[in-house]
Amino acid sequence: MQASDCFHCGEALTGTEPWFVRIDGLSHRVCCPGCKAVAELIRDTGLADFYRFRTVAAVRPAGGVAPDTPELQWHPFDRTEMLEAVSAPAGDGLRSCTMLVEGVRCAACGWLIERSLEQVPGVREIRVNPATARARLVWEPGVLPLSGALGVLSRLGYQPHPGSAGGADIALRERRGALRRLGVAGIGMMQVMMYAVALYVGAFQDMDPGLEALLRWVSLLVATPVVLYSGRPFFTGAWRDLRSGRPGMDVPVALAVGGAWVASVLHTFAGRGEVYFDSVTMFVFLLSLARFLEMNARHRAGDTQEALARLLPQAARRRAADGRWESVALRELRPGDVVSVRHGETLPADGRLPAGDARLDESMLTGESRPRLRRAGEPVLAGSINLGDPLELGVERTGSDTLVASIGRLLDRAQSERTPIAAAADRVARWFVIGVLGAAALTWFAWNALDPSRAFEITLAVLVVTCPCALSIATPAAITAATGFLARRGLLVTRAGAIERLARVGRVIFDKTGTLTLGQPRITTVEPLGDLDVQQALGIAAALEAVSEHPIARAFSIAHPAGTATAVRVSPGLGIEGLVVGQRWRLGRPDWAAALCAAGAPVTAGGETAVCLAGEAGVVAIFRLSDPLRPGSSHALTCLRQLGLETEIASGDTADVVGPIAVAAGIDSWRAGMTPEDKLALLHERQAAGGPVAMVGDGVNDAPVLAGADVSVAMGRGSALAQTSADLVLLGESLQPLADGISHARRTLGIVRQNLAWAAVYNLTVLPLAAGGWITPWMAAIGMSASSLLVVLNALRLARPPRGIRSAGAPAVAEGAGA
Amino acid sequence: MSILYLMIPLGIIIVAGALWAFFWAVDSGQFDDLESPAWRILLDDDSRPPDADRQAPSAGRPPDE
Repeated sequence: MQASDCFHCGEALTGTEPWFVRIDGLSHRVCCPGCKAVAELIRDTGLADFYRFRTVAAVRPAGGVAPDTPELQWHPFDRTEMLEAVSAPAGDGLRSCTMLVEGVRCAACGWLIERSLEQVPGVREIRVNPATARARLVWEPGVLPLSGALGVLSRLGYQPHPGSAGGADIALRERRGALRRLGVAGIGMMQVMMYAVALYVGAFQDMDPGLEALLRWVSLLVATPVVLYSGRPFFTGAWRDLRSGRPGMDVPVALAVGGAWVASVLHTFAGRGEVYFDSVTMFVFLLSLARFLEMNARHRAGDTQEALARLLPQAARRRAADGRWESVALRELRPGDVVSVRHGETLPADGRLPAGDARLDESMLTGESRPRLRRAGEPVLAGSINLGDPLELGVERTGSDTLVASIGRLLDRAQSERTPIAAAADRVARWFVIGVLGAAALTWFAWNALDPSRAFEITLAVLVVTCPCALSIATPAAITAATGFLARRGLLVTRAGAIERLARVGRVIFDKTGTLTLGQPRITTVEPLGDLDVQQALGIAAALEAVSEHPIARAFSIAHPAGTATAVRVSPGLGIEGLVVGQRWRLGRPDWAAALCAAGAPVTAGGETAVCLAGEAGVVAIFRLSDPLRPGSSHALTCLRQLGLETEIASGDTADVVGPIAVAAGIDSWRAGMTPEDKLALLHERQAAGGPVAMVGDGVNDAPVLAGADVSVAMGRGSALAQTSADLVLLGESLQPLADGISHARRTLGIVRQNLAWAAVYNLTVLPLAAGGWITPWMAAIGMSASSLLVVLNALRLARPPRGIRSAGAPAVAEGAGA
Repeated sequence: MSILYLMIPLGIIIVAGALWAFFWAVDSGQFDDLESPAWRILLDDDSRPPDADRQAPSAGRPPDE
């Protein structure tokens, strides 16, 4: 972690933040009051070791403020019916609850949560699985309400989702089932192999016929559960393929396993002829292992999606039949209910405003950062934030019917599309299977004519050795591993095929506002003119702006914790006036503010927005605001250029704003004042001139350009529309994951090619050998399974950072923000 | 060699026992998280709240049951 980053969450600092935390005798700067509160809580409970152990920076508390009595938010979960919905009895009057915990990033997070909750009286057991971000809590309801335990998590900056482990349960069941099948196959294989060695040796030295029969029967006994239990997925898969008339790789597998097993059973009953139980069990075991690894890669990729879907609050205040407000969990809401939403809270459902206007921040849905005025009777959307007075909302659509949920479904659908290479490999595999079956049939007839006693064995070897698993697994395994890795790095792949196209990109075009810049003004300089120092001036300004939701007000609330101001009056277009600690202040346009003390307006030159703070005694400070370059952008852009990519800005903003940003970012080629049509024309021009182009944008106006680009990248904080038309979404504030993503995509493509080449060469080489009778079934089983395993292990390299970066402590966040 | 007639069936019984143990382990979640237990042993050194005056009110550990 670098000195210029927030000690707790790793956000880049400007160096003027007034918040510090003392840990182990050292003072560390943090980015916001929220981080300060969490870090102090961790220190005060004696868990400061968290900062030594962690490998990834922690999560920034929502809004940058410390949650104020977070237990209140969780009170609905103390009600009996909710408690029964999210938890289960665990004997002895205890209850247990499994939950997803957002913000768990590494093993140290799990350690922190476990240690903190263990200190709370009433908690009997707490186990956190950092790999899946799941926690299991067992507690005494008599001593501790569930809201108390959930509140502890909220205070630490984590967001629990009690009773939400549905998708995870399915994944967990799948994993356990696969593990059991793998275990049965593994143990069975070892046993059968032992008997096989005895049988092989016995064939050379005379073996007691009774003992030989016993070994065969015992092999049958052990191999049968391996085939019927562990091998069941192959049979059901083959049956499904045959019914749909599209033979996949399960068909030859099932044929080989089933055929060899049936033949061996018949030979065992007959008491003569070869048995192939050793080959069968080894084949099933190695294939199950390959499938198990593939499943792991798939599960890892899925977790981030789940967290994205949880953008809505967990509880709402509903008007009960008797007119009182009651706190209920989100899932208890029904269309027709009326809920109240306080200032700063998120709307829990889609609906209409029965009465009164509301000022809403719909930026999550539209990307428009200015608050919108919604009048009575107008529809409002779940996920909007209420910026005005408390409002009442008539619920119309809840849960999965809301617009937010449908956006989540779009992501899911995009994920299930197959990538072009994978689809091609599947088509190839289908022809391959037909070819293999033909070759096996030919071999059978040829050997029947030559030497009928070897025909079965050799046909079996052909079937086993040429199994096109490696060919079919090659691409999906690599893509899934890379997708999971990139998601953990902050780049979400939402569309199949994006990784392949990303690897081929030669030029990146950026939008400016909200992409290269933060999209919201920040205070760049504070110029004190009177007796007050910078912090005092900021304090007064933040107190005045605390009641306002003007975009400029946000800049002040980020720069300084808000105090209290009284008698505040907003003059639209001019500024804000009020009393702070008994004195009258004006903050706003220089001439208007200076009028309070009858002084002349201070001179404010330059393109930046300037705001003056004036008291009755005179003008005390000038604040300059601008939309600065995103922290770490110039480093990310340098990385992109090092990868050999051209960079360019296409912005709708004016030239005198775009120019300085382009210089700061180190981009030579920039265009200003562009309409969406201009951008699209530029894009087509670049595509015609020099190959695939990636477009990075965030707003609704960027959506058509994003749709036209070869690879489109949207900002995670940008508009949902831009995100749904994008191939990739940058989850954090940094552009660095994009540079990492491009180099990782290139690695992925390289590994896919290696895998396909290996699978093709292997199959083409061994087919004639097997058909010629030089390969026995057990050799074929080893060869085929080893080639599949090799492909999967090669692909799993993509789940780790490339060598060299791996040793660097805190990845992504610190690297990106450090420049 | 007739002892093998006893030993091999006995081996089968032991394998059945091993499988049963494996199934139990899988179902009780022993294999659900293969990463953090390795970390936990490193993280758990004996550091307890160092300064008594800084202890949060809830920091008193309940006696182990």
